[in-house]
Order: sequence, then C-alpha cells, then structure tokens
Amino acid sequence: MKNQVPIAEGLFSWPSPNPALLGSRCKNCGIAAFPAAESCMACSGQDVEIEELPRKGTLWTWTVQQFMPKPPYHSNETPQTFKPYGVGYLELPGGVRVEGRLTESDPEKLRIGMEMDVIFDTYRTEENGDEVISFFFKPTQA
Amino acid sequence: MDVAIVGIGIHPFGRTPARSGLQQGAFAARDALKDAGVEWRDMQFAFGGSASSGNADALGNELGLTGIPFINVANGCATGGSSLISAYNAIKSGEHDIGLVAGFDKHDRGAFDADPASLGIGRWYGEVGMMMTTQFFAMKIQKYMDDYGISKDTLAKVSEKAFINGSLNPNAWRRQPIEVEEIANSMMINDPLTKYMFCSPAEGGVALILCRGDKARQYVDKPIYLKSAVLKSRRYGSFEVFAPSQALEQVDGPTVDAAKAAFEMAGVGPGDMDVLQLQDTESGAEVMHMAENGFCEHGEQEHLIQSKATYIDGSMPINTDGGCLANGEPIGASGLRQVYENVLQLRGDAGEHQVPGDPKLGYTHVYGAPGISAVTILQR
Repeated sequence: MKNQVPIAEGLFSWPSPNPALLGSRCKNCGIAAFPAAESCMACSGQDVEIEELPRKGTLWTWTVQQFMPKPPYHSNETPQTFKPYGVGYLELPGGVRVEGRLTESDPEKLRIGMEMDVIFDTYRTEENGDEVISFFFKPTQA
Repeated sequence: MDVAIVGIGIHPFGRTPARSGLQQGAFAARDALKDAGVEWRDMQFAFGGSASSGNADALGNELGLTGIPFINVANGCATGGSSLISAYNAIKSGEHDIGLVAGFDKHDRGAFDADPASLGIGRWYGEVGMMMTTQFFAMKIQKYMDDYGISKDTLAKVSEKAFINGSLNPNAWRRQPIEVEEIANSMMINDPLTKYMFCSPAEGGVALILCRGDKARQYVDKPIYLKSAVLKSRRYGSFEVFAPSQALEQVDGPTVDAAKAAFEMAGVGPGDMDVLQLQDTESGAEVMHMAENGFCEHGEQEHLIQSKATYIDGSMPINTDGGCLANGEPIGASGLRQVYENVLQLRGDAGEHQVPGDPKLGYTHVYGAPGISAVTILQR
C-alpha cells in the first residue's frame, strides 16, 4: 500500500473513512471560512471552532485553465503532458463557497448550478513514492 | 484646498529592451517636469511605486539627489492610485506645495506568478494551480454573464474597441486593430476569455506633478484639478481574487465603495463624467466595472457596447488610450497612465484619440489583488 499524504495539514480530515473539508465557524457571528482560520474575517472574533463542511454542493461559477501555470504550480505534468483543468467555486449549503479543481474540464459539460460532490484523490506522486492527496469537485452522477 | 495636476509625463508602453524600468520612470519624470516648466530640485516630495523594477526612490540616482522625502508605495495594481492619493493628501494637508508622483515597471513575459505566502494563503493553493488572477476574472465574468445576459460577442467587442483606440495612441503598445472574429477565435486562456481578451504584463513609466490649486496657474495655463482620489479595500462578502473561499452572502466590492465615495467627495455623479478610464485587465472586467462604478445598470452593458456607446465618439467613451488591453500592464505605472490620459483629454491635447465636445470631467478606476480599488475624478 502506498503512503498517502494530504497536500496540506488541516485542509480536510485525513486519514479518515469518510473525509471532509475542514472549515472554521465563528461562535460569535456564525460565519464559516475555508481553510480553517484562527479568527473571523467577518466580525474579527477569535472564538472559532473547526467543523466538517458538507460533502455536496452546487457549482457557483467556473472556468477552465487552458495553459500550464508557472510555479508554485506543482503537479507531475510537463508542458508536453499538461491537460487543461476546470476550476470552480462550490457552494456548500450552510457553509461557504469553496474554490477547488474540478474533475471535469470540458466546458460543454460544465454549467452554473450543477450539483457536485467533494472527493479526495491523488494529485501527484512524490519522488519517494508518496501519493499527495488533494480535494476535487466531481459532477454528481444522476 | 484644491490640488492640481500641472505636469504629466510618460514613457511609451510596451517593450523597450534598451531601457530598464527605472530608466523608463526617469524618462517619464523628466517629461512631466518639462511639461510643468519646473526642475527636479523644485520638488518638495515624491511618492512612487514599482512592482518588479526596484524601489521608486532610486529615481533620485537618475534625477539627482536633493534630500526630499521620497516614499516608496506598493499596493498591487492600485500602486499608482495609492501614490497619487498619498501625494494628494500631502498637498491638501498643507504640508507641501508641489511634488512628484511616479510609477514604472518592466515585467517578464507571460502571466504574473504570484506567491501565495505573500497573501497569507497556503502553498497548496498555488501547487494545485489556483494562484492565477486570470481564473478569477474568468469566473467572475462567467457568473456575471449568467446573471445579466452578457454575450461572448460583447466580450470580443470590448477588445476590438481597445485595439482601435490603441492604434490612435502613439504611446500604446498594441497599435494594430484586430478583427472581432480573430479576437473571439484566438486561443482560449480561461473560458470564456481568449488570448486577445486579456492584457499582458508589459513595461512603461508615468509621472505627474501635483501642486496646490491656488498656485497652479504659476506653472500652466490649463491646470487640471483632482476633485477626488479614493482607495478602498474589500469588505467581508465581496467576491475577490485569490480567495480559497468566499461568503454565501455577497456584498458590493471595493470598486462600488470607492466610486460612491469619489462621487460624494467631488459633489458630482456618474452622469456628469465626460471620459472614463476603467480597469480592463481583461475585457470582462471593463464590462463589469461599467456597472460597478455606477455608469449603467447591470446588464445594460450589452446594448451600450454593441451600439458603440463606449467608443471615443460615443456617449460614454471608455479607455480612450486603449486601456490595459492595448497598453499592457506595467503594474506601477498602469493606474497613473489612466490619469495621464484624462489630463490629456481635459486639456484637449489627446490628438487622434481626443474625445469630442470639450470634456470637463474625467474618471479613472483601477482594481487590484487581493481586493482593492482606487478611483479619481479630474476636472478642467
């Protein structure tokens, strides 16, 4: 079994049988944020708690990245193997709108308001064989 | 006390391999001093900024070391606007009578590569490929088109107009008109925006001489007065660039806030403006900024742009020098270029790109990461 490591600590519950994005919620004003923060951007409150964000949401807006970004972009791709990828904001009910990569990159198959699931998958493999896990938004199968 | 602009200078935008960014800034500064009929030693203070060409106060090494307070300003795309506001306040407060504002830059080719850490964002955000300003503008206009019925053809027509205006401006970088079909069919960068709908990082320099309004006529016959200069940052709930998440409830962005404050400060309204320079780092930005600044209702842009109201001879001339689309974006100089252009327009000196009808009031607007906006209103 390969060693799986999250792309950053604290972004999502990992390892977990049912991982989820981790946000912070302000106990003063009730506003949620992602990634989890130590203070509240809305009211400046410092009393926040970590919670799991919903695993389903609706696509609020999107685009497709058609060219390979410069560093800090860090995938296993080369300019020759680069494939365009979708990016969008997923509105998580009761939580926040989170920006993430989409598993779908065909503009014809993306539309505002479509339902998507938050999934966790390998983003790249390190030289030592570690699989780096990140989060993605995937169109919900009908 | 009124504050006047009595000198303007520019180094042509685009690519100038023979000159450093700093040298382009010095070129613009000398041009502005000459325009006002003053010497560098007459300047009592200076504010300046550059994102990738070093400290602006190194201009002293080029222009002469006179001992004045020269303050470096760094505020992303609003660097020029921030320098101008600082100079405005220095004069309005009575601290100084006359000073210089300068901005210059010389960027590498290709999209800007921002560092997540500089904005307090985790490295993962850049690693997965979301640290891209172009994606933000694409996602913002994508949502806007869905909400307000703006067509892809309108996005292309914004660029078409920019290149036409650039062809009339001897200081612009892109001086060839491009057919609307070629714009629409050029390489897709971030859907729905194609290559010719984005501006590129570039080079250039701009300088302005500001002085007390009551002394302006000592220097020039046609002083232009800075009636307002406002900078606002984002409030919680506005949809901004480089945001790993955003609020469920949206509020007005910094552009709306800066515009309202600027109109109030100047005691005029959007309908009074004769010439507009609105941040057009991509064609969708110009569309959205028309409404955010108060010049139309959301969705009205479709008709205004299709009917050429935003052309130089239209009812609402926008980006008469070709804007960022035709001039490129040297970050430190870009906001000051807009002010330079409006001074030219209000003096009646814009030549082939002069707005007809003797314009009296001009408006400039910039937007920058991570959610700031600067607005000026100039009056003849």
